[in-house]
Amino acid sequence: MELVKKLLAGDRRALAHTISLVEDDGPEAHAALAALYPHTGRAHVIGITGAPGTGKSTLVNALARLYRRRQLTVGIVAVDPTSPFSGGALLGDRIRMRDLAGDAGVFIRSMATRGSLGGLAQATGDVILVLDAAGFQRVLVETVGVGQAEVEIASSAHTVVVVTAPGLGDEVQAIKAGVMEIADIFAVNKADREGAEHTVMAIQMMQGLAPQAMVPGSRADDGWEPPILKTVATRGQGVAELLEAIEAHAAYLHESHLFERRERARVLGELEAILQAELLARLRARLPEERLETLVEQVLARRLDPYTAVAQLLESGGSL
Amino acid sequence: MSKRRIRVLIAKPGLDGHDRGAKVVARALRDAGMEVIYTGIRQTPEMIAEAALQEDVDVVGLSILSGAHMALCPRVVELLRQQGMGDVPVLVGGIIPDEDVPALRAAGIRGIFGPGTNTQDIVAFIRRELALQEPEAGER
Repeated sequence: MELVKKLLAGDRRALAHTISLVEDDGPEAHAALAALYPHTGRAHVIGITGAPGTGKSTLVNALARLYRRRQLTVGIVAVDPTSPFSGGALLGDRIRMRDLAGDAGVFIRSMATRGSLGGLAQATGDVILVLDAAGFQRVLVETVGVGQAEVEIASSAHTVVVVTAPGLGDEVQAIKAGVMEIADIFAVNKADREGAEHTVMAIQMMQGLAPQAMVPGSRADDGWEPPILKTVATRGQGVAELLEAIEAHAAYLHESHLFERRERARVLGELEAILQAELLARLRARLPEERLETLVEQVLARRLDPYTAVAQLLESGGSL
Repeated sequence: MSKRRIRVLIAKPGLDGHDRGAKVVARALRDAGMEVIYTGIRQTPEMIAEAALQEDVDVVGLSILSGAHMALCPRVVELLRQQGMGDVPVLVGGIIPDEDVPALRAAGIRGIFGPGTNTQDIVAFIRRELALQEPEAGER
């Protein structure tokens, strides 16, 4: 593929085009990913997640600058939500990343969620692969501003930084939130504000309530104690320490062989998701449109329940 | 089954910090189903061209109130051309005196929108421009 060849040769326009291709799931997307796949697996992928307004973009900007000072190249994927009504999106993360302009060692791409609800877009994983294949050594993925359940980043990133800020809510919020469980590192940003110590303590307390290895298979099971770091991203304070923590976590993943374990789980999940989508598409292609309509009518009229309807669908679909 | 959407870069080159107009337009384009990348104020033409490339946008919209449009607009068009994006339409909105319009058009600015423009006219203009390039570039 010409496009892929150009991308691998360092052509930035080809890179941008390829990202669009996989984002739009266009006809050549799968061929492009197949050609790129052997060149992936080298980047360390860092997820930056947290509630809206905690300073994720500014932190990404500061981290990327520091990585550049260490001669490491950085790809950035910044995800913002798609409007559920118009299907349009306002992607504003670049506003906070202007320091990175003009540097050929950085590539920033904004993505809209396009209906996905897990904090990322459906194609974010594939866009990470494209940046990885293009040779970026660190890929920073900024999720949408999340609430409590958008934890998809945990399966896309090697290291997850959960960003919080003082004054966002009481500590009970911190305890119940699913997002808190996926953190490999906590960053309490805007730490120059009142209440920063309180936020740090709330996270510490939460960690104390959930001793290691209580939930098998969860991140708490992996022997890594997520450090809590205070940062002031606008002034660059604490960012070097955050970078060190990320690199320490990367090293830990490899030394403890957790990396392989997680990659294995990620690939399995990926295969299952693709299989699911592919089977659904094949079944749909095989069934006449009226068949589905008829079943919808029957379920609406309470003559059939949804489970029986699906069983009937699968029977009439034949073997896949 | 392409999920293609129109991607637009909205940028404010130059030194004035009044971005209300740019935000109103960005919001209107979003509500029309487009993906709008908003870069914020004080962008150099180089920063705008770089963002347009990385984001692989279909359209670039510039908002200029400072009076520097005669210097900034042709520079953006030229940089886009240099990086092989000469087919990407560039629009400018803001305070543009009538006597500057012919020169801006000659420099390759496709659309010029003054104060009081109905945002729906901008939406329609973008759809028309892209429809001329490729039939399926509209909303899928």
